[in-house]
Amino acid sequence: MIWWKHNISFRPAFTDRWLCWLLRAGAITAALIMVLILLFLLLEYWPAFQKISPVRFFTDDAWYPLEDQYNLLPMVTGTLYASSGALLLAIPLGIASALFMAFYAPHFIAVVYRRLIELLAGIPSVVFGFWGLTTLLPIINQWEPPGASLLAAILILTLMILPTLALTSYVALTAVPKEYMQAATVLGLSRWGIIYGVVLPAARKGIVAGGLLAAGRAVGETMAVLMVAGNVVQHADSLLAPIRTLTANIALEMAYAMGDHRAVLFVSGLLLLFLVMALTSLAGLLGKEHHG
Amino acid sequence: MVKQDIPMRKLGHPLRDRLVQTAIYLVVLCVSGVFLWILLDLIIGGSALLSWRFLTDVPRDAGRAGGIGSILVSTLLILSITLLVALPVGWSTAILLAEFVPAMSPFGRWVRYSLQVLAGVPSIVFGLFGHAFFSIYLGLGFSILSGGLTLACMLLPILVSTAETGLRAIPDSYRLSAAALGMSRAATLLHLLLPLAAPAWAAGLLLGIGRAAAETAALLFTSGYVDRMPESLMDSGRVLALHIYDLSMNVPGGDASAYASALVLILLLLAINIVAMRLTHFWQHKKLHIR
Amino acid sequence: MVLKTDDSSQSDIPQMEIAPAGCESEGGHAYTLGPLQEGSYCCIPEPVIQVKALSLSYGTKRALNAVTLDIYRGCITALIGPSGCGKTSFLSTINRLTDIIPECRVDGTIYFEDKNIFDVSCNVQQLRKQIGMVFQKPTPFPLSIQRNIALPLREHGVSQRAEIEVISERVLRDVGLWNEVCDRLDAPALSLSGGQQQRLCIARALALDPEILLMDEPCSALDPIASSVVEDLISRLSGRYTIVIVTHNLAQARRIANYAAFFWVQERERIGHLVEFGHCRDIFETPVHPLTAAYVSGARG
Repeated sequence: MIWWKHNISFRPAFTDRWLCWLLRAGAITAALIMVLILLFLLLEYWPAFQKISPVRFFTDDAWYPLEDQYNLLPMVTGTLYASSGALLLAIPLGIASALFMAFYAPHFIAVVYRRLIELLAGIPSVVFGFWGLTTLLPIINQWEPPGASLLAAILILTLMILPTLALTSYVALTAVPKEYMQAATVLGLSRWGIIYGVVLPAARKGIVAGGLLAAGRAVGETMAVLMVAGNVVQHADSLLAPIRTLTANIALEMAYAMGDHRAVLFVSGLLLLFLVMALTSLAGLLGKEHHG
Repeated sequence: MVKQDIPMRKLGHPLRDRLVQTAIYLVVLCVSGVFLWILLDLIIGGSALLSWRFLTDVPRDAGRAGGIGSILVSTLLILSITLLVALPVGWSTAILLAEFVPAMSPFGRWVRYSLQVLAGVPSIVFGLFGHAFFSIYLGLGFSILSGGLTLACMLLPILVSTAETGLRAIPDSYRLSAAALGMSRAATLLHLLLPLAAPAWAAGLLLGIGRAAAETAALLFTSGYVDRMPESLMDSGRVLALHIYDLSMNVPGGDASAYASALVLILLLLAINIVAMRLTHFWQHKKLHIR
Repeated sequence: MVLKTDDSSQSDIPQMEIAPAGCESEGGHAYTLGPLQEGSYCCIPEPVIQVKALSLSYGTKRALNAVTLDIYRGCITALIGPSGCGKTSFLSTINRLTDIIPECRVDGTIYFEDKNIFDVSCNVQQLRKQIGMVFQKPTPFPLSIQRNIALPLREHGVSQRAEIEVISERVLRDVGLWNEVCDRLDAPALSLSGGQQQRLCIARALALDPEILLMDEPCSALDPIASSVVEDLISRLSGRYTIVIVTHNLAQARRIANYAAFFWVQERERIGHLVEFGHCRDIFETPVHPLTAAYVSGARG
């Protein structure tokens, strides 16, 4: 009982209180960033707000910012076409990949394929754009010049959103309780029957949430589309027409934009922000329901 | 879930099943094929120019000749600033959300929601924000500092979410035992919870670094285009990803250098991945089983 | 002083008697010092904890209503009753673990060393050093055996390595683990069996030299052999420590406890309350309340 005699000093709880305030400071900083973003985007747009009513973004003749024409529609449709096309391709491919990893592949191959997909999810967008520029465009060019086109944008975007789609779908599929599948097997259903009838409906919410997130990613993608889409401001009349997306527009013109032109670019950034926020909020809602 | 879990039945629709199976195999083959094509393309195109001199020389002739030495230094500096700012803010937010704030409190919900929204912001919009706030409002101009701070904002959501998950995964029984032994929260955090959450935190850090290193659009208008060796944090600097973009789009004949740069970037990301995985494994082993 | 024996024929022993020779006195308390011994030991009915009108609620739902009882120094007090009647919650209030349970509100007072523990001036960490707790599921930290004991010791100011080792050896011997683990103190604590882990948790709590040990069904998560080892340890600890133990096992309570508090939960409102408190013998053999009689005979609960 040696230490009975010690004057054992207790550590008072003020370290805890001090710690709490330090942590609070960090958290407030983190939460303020979003507020700051909205604030500063609006601030940059504000001077032009009085002069240019938002309706003009859709009713002006065309996009000639140096001549005070600010029709954003071609860029909006460019973004929409490219993203929708990419989703149309990536969703079936992604789900098929996820099904392969979850149900059709022997364990070793499933692991290898998953590593491959994870590796590809980490490839930067510039590298995808670069590959598209050097390899894909010449191929499309041979078919019909110029190579830079909506098609190229769709293909590159598909490649970019495919890995995350496959991975989120895989997580949704494996989250389906085994009991469902056992019950279906016992009823004599075949493998595809079980998947189509039981697993996919059960995993539907998670897959849709993943799809919405991928859509958000496709809409917000800048560099890759910038490099392969051709960047002509026009409504696409065919798959092989060059287009410009909202994101590419900002990236290209910000360098030399001044005054009102600049303000309009900031507002197109706001538009993008709200669009992506809507998509991710929807995905978040679905995801929350899915995980109860 | 593996193939063995669902037995193949000969009843039902064997033809339909076969068709679906074939379709899925085809898809997987195509996908693997395309991705292997990309990787091979990069390796073949880039290995020609890859050398130690390439890594250390500064770019000459707009990047067609010389190397990427100054680019790598700029990238490193920007990443360092990003981590220096994002880690304390992000990790302290995670600790607060996981340990100190009740789940349903208004403050906690506000912080979480803000971060969730932040996670979805496109990188070009971050670029606009960084330009307006860091470069112009705070007067940092086109600088490494400005770029680093912008990237720090981008990394916050992922750092916070992975760190918070790592802490929440630790069962409450440890916290209750520690409290019953009269340990302060700070001590419980330091000696028990953080070592347990370390692997998850390292994984989140890795994810963040990978994302930051691949970033381009956010840096276009914040850290600039200059490819010289930076001499201070207020100098403009060009990151590797931006260098690839510039070489391929704006510099005719820059393809060879671009290939090599792309290969370097990919290898760098791979290396970070491997190092971090080794690190977490070692840390886990060391902290928990030895005195 | 009451000499506790297993012989129920001594039911007419009055509360206060002269201390038999052989019990050492230190500052008015009678504890056996030194290594644990089997056999007779002393127990003074001197209240060390006085609970007055304690109530507990989770959010708006009241879980426990107006409990008043005394915990006697050196004795084992068993809290018995069906599940859901607030025994564990009551136990958590004694060392103020309810402070960190979300939405939990406590009314009433608990006097420990003549001070209300719910007072603002009460140092909670010091309180928890003096009142140790062992949980139902063994929860050793995912560290080595040595560090499990060293960590709380360092937290409470014991920094000398030699001292820590002495204390560790002492408490590990007390719980009977020393011979089993002395050669692998650096092994992870999670590699021990369930019973060993629980004994390690008890050793960890004992290392802080508490006066009171709170135990929440310490044997229920263990297999029968481990359970009997731990139970044996608990009964040997009494006299030196005051023990409050929640248990579902009536036979266990009968075997080891000096005092018993019987809790019950009202059917409709699901609020727990204390039905009867007294000598363990009395509760089991001559209960006053009909509910108590029904519960201990197995007719209800």
